[in-house]
Amino acid sequence: MSIEINKEKCVGCNKCTKVCPGSLIKIGEDKKAYIKYQKDCWGCTSCLKECKYEAINFYLGADIGGCGSILNVDFNEECINWKVKKPNGEKICISINRKESNSY
Amino acid sequence: MPIELEIKYLKTDILVVGGGTAGCYAALTICENSNYEVIVTEKANIKRSGCLAAGVNAINAYIVDGKKPEDYVDYAKKDAHGIVREDLLLNMSQGLNRVTEKLEKLGLVILKDENGKYVNRGDRNIKINGENIKPILADALSNFDKVTVLNKINITDYLVENNQIYGALGFSIDEKTMYVIKAKKVICATGGASGLYKPNNSGFSRHKMWYPPFNTGAGYYMGIVSGAEMTTFEMRFIALRCKDTIAPTGTIAQGVKARQINSKGEVYEEKYGITTSERVYGTIKENLEGRGPCYLKTEGISKEKDEELLKAYLNMAPSQTLKWIEDGFNPSEQNVEIEGTEPYIVGGHTASGYWVDTFRRTTIKGLFAAGDVSGGCPQKYVTGALVEGEISAETAIKDLQNFELKEVKFDEFIKSKKIDFEKILNNNAKNKYSIEDLEEAMQKIMDNYAGGISTNYQYNSSQLKIANEKIENLEKMLCFLSAKDMHELLFIQELKERLVICKVVILHLNERKETRWHSFAENLDYPEKNDDWLKYINSKMENGKLKVVSRPLVFRGDIYEHRNK
Repeated sequence: MSIEINKEKCVGCNKCTKVCPGSLIKIGEDKKAYIKYQKDCWGCTSCLKECKYEAINFYLGADIGGCGSILNVDFNEECINWKVKKPNGEKICISINRKESNSY
Repeated sequence: MPIELEIKYLKTDILVVGGGTAGCYAALTICENSNYEVIVTEKANIKRSGCLAAGVNAINAYIVDGKKPEDYVDYAKKDAHGIVREDLLLNMSQGLNRVTEKLEKLGLVILKDENGKYVNRGDRNIKINGENIKPILADALSNFDKVTVLNKINITDYLVENNQIYGALGFSIDEKTMYVIKAKKVICATGGASGLYKPNNSGFSRHKMWYPPFNTGAGYYMGIVSGAEMTTFEMRFIALRCKDTIAPTGTIAQGVKARQINSKGEVYEEKYGITTSERVYGTIKENLEGRGPCYLKTEGISKEKDEELLKAYLNMAPSQTLKWIEDGFNPSEQNVEIEGTEPYIVGGHTASGYWVDTFRRTTIKGLFAAGDVSGGCPQKYVTGALVEGEISAETAIKDLQNFELKEVKFDEFIKSKKIDFEKILNNNAKNKYSIEDLEEAMQKIMDNYAGGISTNYQYNSSQLKIANEKIENLEKMLCFLSAKDMHELLFIQELKERLVICKVVILHLNERKETRWHSFAENLDYPEKNDDWLKYINSKMENGKLKVVSRPLVFRGDIYEHRNK
């Protein structure tokens, strides 16, 4: 269970390091964020939601059924868009209206 | 150059330790109902800390139309097979709807029907969009100047003299700084304890667990070593979860009415009973008798329901949605395999925690407990934790009127803690064992000898004795550990906390000589329920030794006060 941080996209704004409930993300000497304690990630995706640059991807470990897909998220006033990219390039987007309740 | 910690001294009226659900709401209640100053300390960041980091997708404790708070008390009492504090459950249940309405005012989206009434999901639940529940609570606090939120500060010890609290101390996990915070009243809201037992996933995904892996029972530890009375640590919580992702099953069970079935397709849940512990036990039994694996039967649900489930999980446990996508099968095409988690100590679901009076005062004067750290009051869920935050805050405000606290110096204690922390930070000796090694050793001992997953949650007194000896040996090895930075100092502190909690769990498991809750406390020496044990098992530390105290049940309508103050 963990995340990967894309150094190309990271601007070093520090938002993910502040919000991580395990304080697992740190800023490296290159002023970019990196996940220091990869195996300690709970999978809450708080960091993805903080990152305006979509630099953080979430993925499942192989030990719990991960096959290489990555999950990313972007926000606007109305919706949260959850975007999955599969290893074969296929993309899936699930949009959730923030003003609407779950059906369950 | 050896590391030396700077000490920052702060002072406030009320200190709230832990900025999760209960802690934030306690601070909010103080701000809205008094002029007292508040400090909230949080080892992460209150925006996304505690149980609700990823969100929550339903309010599971609500008094729906046609039901009364007393009905909720009945439900929780039945689920815990009688070992609850009805006085606590009742004043919690009476507040559930009040805090729900407050949350809606603060910005939580709650589903309503055409008449403006909340839409139920079952007998005690309502439907929401709770992805942002924690940012909502954090934002609400930001409106008040009287509250200071100290993020990334880990509190390690209370300042207590003659059973009266004067504040707490701890350290920053980013900077080489110790914090000493003097306070007239302290509310502990640090959550429960995970990571005591070997978890379901042990490798890369070891932290993909039910409860926040960062909640390591700091509040229990601080209370125990300060002599606070604790209750019902033998009533462990084991969650029934989606396999691998350890995501909640309630959304599927209640949302699409999926039943628990074995590999033969037989519905087995009624065979064993439907209390929380019986649902776990039934799943274990089906596996043991060769009818595993077990599932929630989702095959055949509609495509629309598929989509709704995928969305519902994104608002709470995104890994489950990603798992369905990775598998290439939607819930309608593949039943969801379920398993029991490792045991946790968590007073929001079972009854473990501080022994409190009806108004959440602990047995240490001036110290209150709210949320998962507070005992006797299970089935709190989010709203119950909020109510306990409110009750503890209101009691603290009331107790502060005309309250004077004499000046007490803690210089010697502060100095000794500073030396302890610095010693760990400056320990350059090469050690064979890492923090992680000792953590895994602890989890293995608890798993093997104190009723973990590998023994199907079963234990006997001979095994518990071994568990206790081995845990005490590990405690002696803590002095070998060294920390390269403040974050590693936190890891060592968290290990130290859990080792003490393990000993209390073992003591309590050994003390209850019956099996009242299958799986939660499966005592092979006493495999039957015995109503001679319809009483609370409490414990407290005196002169470094743990001592058992048993107490008679408290019923609704009673006002429980601590005696022998």
